[in-house]
Amino acid sequence: MNSVQSNSSVTNKLSPEEERAPAAVLKGSVFTLPILKLSRCDLREIEIDLTQSLSAALDFFNHAPLVIDLALTQELDEAMDFIGLQALLHKHQLVPVGVQNGTPDQIAAARKAGFAVLTGQTIDKIIENTAQKSHAKESPKSTRQQRENERSQAVDDDHAGSTQVIHQPIRSGQRVYARGGDLILLAAVNAGAEVIADGNIHIYAPLRGRALAGVTGDMDARIFCQCMDAELVAIAGTYRFFEDDIPDEINHKSVQIYLTGDQLNIRPLE
Amino acid sequence: MAKVIVVTSGKGGVGKTTTSASVATGLAKRGYKTVVIDFDVGLRNLDLIMGCERRVVYDFVNVIHGEATLKQALIRDKRLANLDILPASQTRDKDALFKDGVEKVLNELRKTHDFIVCDSPAGIETGAVMALYFADEAIVVTNPEVSSVRDSDRILGILSAKSKRALDGDDPIKEHLLITRYDPNRVQTGEMLSIDDIMELLGIPLAGVIPESQSVLTASNSGIPVIHDEVSVSGLAYQDLVERLLGEEVPIRFITPVKKGLFKRLFGT
Repeated sequence: MNSVQSNSSVTNKLSPEEERAPAAVLKGSVFTLPILKLSRCDLREIEIDLTQSLSAALDFFNHAPLVIDLALTQELDEAMDFIGLQALLHKHQLVPVGVQNGTPDQIAAARKAGFAVLTGQTIDKIIENTAQKSHAKESPKSTRQQRENERSQAVDDDHAGSTQVIHQPIRSGQRVYARGGDLILLAAVNAGAEVIADGNIHIYAPLRGRALAGVTGDMDARIFCQCMDAELVAIAGTYRFFEDDIPDEINHKSVQIYLTGDQLNIRPLE
Repeated sequence: MAKVIVVTSGKGGVGKTTTSASVATGLAKRGYKTVVIDFDVGLRNLDLIMGCERRVVYDFVNVIHGEATLKQALIRDKRLANLDILPASQTRDKDALFKDGVEKVLNELRKTHDFIVCDSPAGIETGAVMALYFADEAIVVTNPEVSSVRDSDRILGILSAKSKRALDGDDPIKEHLLITRYDPNRVQTGEMLSIDDIMELLGIPLAGVIPESQSVLTASNSGIPVIHDEVSVSGLAYQDLVERLLGEEVPIRFITPVKKGLFKRLFGT
């Protein structure tokens, strides 16, 4: 399964005299689509395997929109017949909407056949992107604004929805907020400091301050830290604070913190 | 290339002015043309510790506001010819300092001096931010107790967020940890934080440890920076600090507990 996300949200702007309820409005939304992974280009072989998979799934894929993943066909010598593929999928009551992970040649051919091209991301790519982003932030040539965002007292990620990686310690009085995503810290969160994320928080160093995950209500968010010495931890608003009373089994241990119902669990990571 | 070193801490009374006076004196003794500036407008003390309070005519604020020239305000140290003192004003408040004015003075001093030592006021308000804003290096002064370490952590955060180097995206300020009023015996009994505890909490390199000593108070009261006292452990520890600031490798001394004999136990140190 793959998430296809569109961030565009464009409405038609009309001058006041011609103002009326718009007949068409573009909005962004998130869908989960099934992926058809192809490893060969021979349509006959594809049909045999596809028929088998579909018979197992009964009516589940009836008229389902589908994304075709070409990652495994990139190295092949033969070219994919996208028009033939489209006909084959239609025959089986599937609606192919786009392709992802194709070579430039494959993408051109797919476009010609009327497929959308999705910028599908494998896990590897996401990690790579995150690494590049944090590298860009570290480089001395990054803009003044970027540095300020990164270093200011209330650090706020302007790239909403992506993972934020912090390399410097978060010190007393400082606050970091990863809006719409996860927060990864590679240095200590000191007493009097606050780290906040809409998603999960990972701290590969001591947590001596406060950590609040899932602050916009994500009950599945978790906090992981390498050395539990926190003043306060919270997940989706359920919090617990400590005054020199961290239980021995988690004190200075690697722990994960998560919610079950309204119960906040802090468990050692062994 | 002149270097601007700020001596800062967040918390008051930990030894910033004592350190500024001794570091500036130490650098001058090593032959560098040095100036030490008092940023503690309204509560000036540096001139007392340097023993030049009676010679203050014009001050830092006068220079910033164009009421005096830098040459008129600088006071030549009575012991070292290559050491100048720029005193603070006692009659103004800290808002009398502003960035452009401070920068102009620092740029002028950079042309004539090798080291510019900025003695920061306590707190995290205008005066403290002005003192650290243009710094190339910072000496963060900490006592071995929890509240002092916490305030130092706060000031380290400000160094990495609000200084000119941070905002311009230049190389960060070089941070040095200085632990003052360190008493090995009280560390051993658990009354004070150990060097390791403090280093773990703050995570910056250790530049020096100044042991608790009566000679610091005596030196302050007589207006002679303690680094001139070559008999006391504090004076020697400050000499070590200056050498480390200049890039030399010097082992940390005077950090192991001293067993007190019967005589000392009866009559104190």
